Amino acid sequence: MKSLTVFTAALLASVLAGPAFAAGDLFIYTWGEYTPPEMVAKFEKTYDVKVHIDTYDSMETMLAKLKSGAGGYDIIVPGHDTMTILVRENLLEPINAANMPNYKNVDEKWRDVFWDKGRVYSAPWAWGSTGFVVDRAVVKGNDTSLKILFEPDDTVKGKINMLRDVNDVINMALRYLGKPRCNENPEDLKAVLDLLSSQKPFVKSYNSETKELLVSGEAAVSMSWNGYAMRARDEKPTLEYIYPKEGYTGWMDNVAVPKGAPDLENAKLWVNFVMAPENAAMITNYARYSNGIKGSEAFVEKALAAAPELNPPSDVAAPEFLSACTPATTKLYDRVWTKLLR
Amino acid sequence: MSARPLALSSRIPPGLARAGLLWPSLAIILLFMVAPIGIMFTYSFLTAAPYGGVEWTFSGAAYTEILFERDFLDDSLAFTPDYLIIVARSVFQAAIATVLCLLISVPTAYYIATRSDRAKNIWLFLITIPYWVNLLIRTIALLFVLRGDGPVNSALIDLGLISQPLPLSYNGFAISLGLIYSFLPFMVLPLYSAFERFDFRLLDAAYDLYASRRVAFFRIVLPVMRPGLIAGSLLVFIPSIGSYLAPDILGGGKTLMIGNLIGTQFQAARNWPFGAALSMILLTITLIVLLWLARRAARQQQLN
Amino acid sequence: MSTARMRDLRTFSGFGLLSVGCAVFLYAPIVFLTLYSFNDGRSVSQWTGFSFRWYQTVFANQNIQTAAVNSLLIAVTAATIATVLALGAAIATVNRRSKSGGEGAYVVLTFPLMVPEIVTAVASLVFFVAVGISLGFVTILLAHIVFCIPFAYLPIKARLEGMDETLPSAAADLYASPAKAFVRITLPLLVPGLLSGWLLAFIISLDDFIITALVAGPGATTLPLHIYGMLRLGMTPEVNAISTLMLAASTALVLLSGLLGQAGRKH
Repeated sequence: MKSLTVFTAALLASVLAGPAFAAGDLFIYTWGEYTPPEMVAKFEKTYDVKVHIDTYDSMETMLAKLKSGAGGYDIIVPGHDTMTILVRENLLEPINAANMPNYKNVDEKWRDVFWDKGRVYSAPWAWGSTGFVVDRAVVKGNDTSLKILFEPDDTVKGKINMLRDVNDVINMALRYLGKPRCNENPEDLKAVLDLLSSQKPFVKSYNSETKELLVSGEAAVSMSWNGYAMRARDEKPTLEYIYPKEGYTGWMDNVAVPKGAPDLENAKLWVNFVMAPENAAMITNYARYSNGIKGSEAFVEKALAAAPELNPPSDVAAPEFLSACTPATTKLYDRVWTKLLR
Repeated sequence: MSARPLALSSRIPPGLARAGLLWPSLAIILLFMVAPIGIMFTYSFLTAAPYGGVEWTFSGAAYTEILFERDFLDDSLAFTPDYLIIVARSVFQAAIATVLCLLISVPTAYYIATRSDRAKNIWLFLITIPYWVNLLIRTIALLFVLRGDGPVNSALIDLGLISQPLPLSYNGFAISLGLIYSFLPFMVLPLYSAFERFDFRLLDAAYDLYASRRVAFFRIVLPVMRPGLIAGSLLVFIPSIGSYLAPDILGGGKTLMIGNLIGTQFQAARNWPFGAALSMILLTITLIVLLWLARRAARQQQLN
Repeated sequence: MSTARMRDLRTFSGFGLLSVGCAVFLYAPIVFLTLYSFNDGRSVSQWTGFSFRWYQTVFANQNIQTAAVNSLLIAVTAATIATVLALGAAIATVNRRSKSGGEGAYVVLTFPLMVPEIVTAVASLVFFVAVGISLGFVTILLAHIVFCIPFAYLPIKARLEGMDETLPSAAADLYASPAKAFVRITLPLLVPGLLSGWLLAFIISLDDFIITALVAGPGATTLPLHIYGMLRLGMTPEVNAISTLMLAASTALVLLSGLLGQAGRKH
């Protein structure tokens, strides 16, 4: 038995450590299926660096690991609200992305963002929005109001899906009620709870995997991220992504370097690499979300470049980018959520 | 009982041999499980840091929060049944899953034990092969099977048995089915493992004494299965209580179980002390039940 | 009494049917999942046509392959070590004559079962960082061994309880050493318990997501981590394809062991 254990350990060590023939390594910690393989191959070839990708399922997993002090990653891809936390808690390496050669390609509107003023810590990776999708074969007309979701007609009752995300759901409800987001006012949240409770009997599920629900027809209306919505429309043309007239949430994922990254130089090479238009276009083609790089349009697939999910109509307001809510708000949100689903 | 029933060497005193057998597993659990949970116990008496983690200020708030809440509007402290409802639902769902698993597993384990030696092993693998697929994927696949347009409803409609799809998904029924599907082998295998050594001559003897099948089954077969029954029930019941995938996916996320609740506290709600306190309470309840079971088992053994 | 009648009396009516029903229940979602691994489209529930494209995707995806191999290696190692540890613990806790401390050991051995996964996960992360063990395969393996122990221990214990103790002790009288008696008599009797325990430990390790997610270090990814990470961008039949390949691997292993067993018997 002992020899077996020793053998397995040796096997583990040889298989798991992986060969390190390249001049260096780059450890990326990101969402799954988010990094185009061709982009990785190109980077490896250009810089002779071996890229290793580990994936997380939520920002919280990544945050818990970084906060505990467990390091070892060179690159992370936090959302903009998580960026504000990482910066506040001093968990990021100041890499001065603004001084990098490829920074000139970054679209002006993604330069002086509130989660990273002057791009000291990060570069744009991809961005998108959280609106909702309706099946126009079921919901006729061209209404773009959240009323379809929150005070549904008989045709869609029992065919509604909400994202299983406390912040997205409550912020959307606050918009419908015309109240400020990240709200600390108990009376507003009481109203949110009442609204969501009255909507709940008509909700089929609270699920973030919205594509299968919409395509199968199990759901006729669903909150959705724009990238998901596009993939759903590819399979069912009657689906339409709606930019609600009451407003909607925007998000941006950013490339950043955690404090104590083992190979700061390789990490900086990656950040600069990501800001090149032809590379950024690979992200859009692969993950199907917009990037923030000027000139990338030339390399983006035609169908994507014209997709309504990635191009809000001109009469629609810009998405609202929210900062991470205060602890007091988080606590209120959690109570609403628990009471809704108890 | 023999003086040295299972001693490994005659030169080593039995007490020492026993310690040598027992302590490696105890040590690894105490070091890598009980010690970390000790940290969590400490956390449950601290204050939540703003964005996850804890601040080192003592507070018993996490424990009072379980039963009492501040009113949304006037900030007065009042009793809340929210968390009790969630705990009760978890226990109820887990109990149903355990009982149903038992009802399915006892005949299955009996059937497997009566096969030839080769067939027995094939059955054991047959029961576990589906579990090479990840739990998340299995649960999603089960949802697709149960769904309104899934094969079960389609088949029933094609057969003309129903005209409208049955509500098999996104409800409590689906959660129960999901829990059974998650943990069935954890009941079958221990039952089989306890029963496999059964001496079938006992059954023949019972029939010779004109025992009915029912009596033979309950008086002779079930008592032999008993250790497996206890083991299997623990392996199904306890993980079921803390399960979060079945309610999330099969229940459509419309109701929380305690696993979801605790998970949320460590994630979106960023309230580690409360999550820790909830799990300490859950741990205490499970421990009490387990000790009670162990005492009862020991007493029964003495009686025998 | 004829053998046929004896067989008949040993079978309870409906038990066979229920076992087959149990197998159908277990396999229905698996069949569905396997079917959609051959789907031409991106959907995992809407059929558009037959194709092998998702298998090609898996064969081109180095990351998912590495993750699957890692998962298998970790599960085999953790289950084996946990079963060996659990065997020792089961022998020591069953059949003990003095009552003191028995319950304590029992509670400690089943303790990993009682803590919700997310709590174990966060606690282990904090603990490993505090004592300075860097995250990676070692921490994953340690965590897996710990939570596998009760899953291996309980079936083995169930097997040992009430096992005819006179047999090993009679054997001990006959053989020169009790060790020999243990290997020749007790161990073969324990095989069903060991097999059950090992299988349960194996599948629980293969399945684990949350604990692994928090104690894994850079470059240490398992299949569940990979699959959960994919959800944000949407599940594709690639997941079905890798799952089907895992099923194929397990079936091949079972067939192989069956053939080996048969060959062994012939000699």
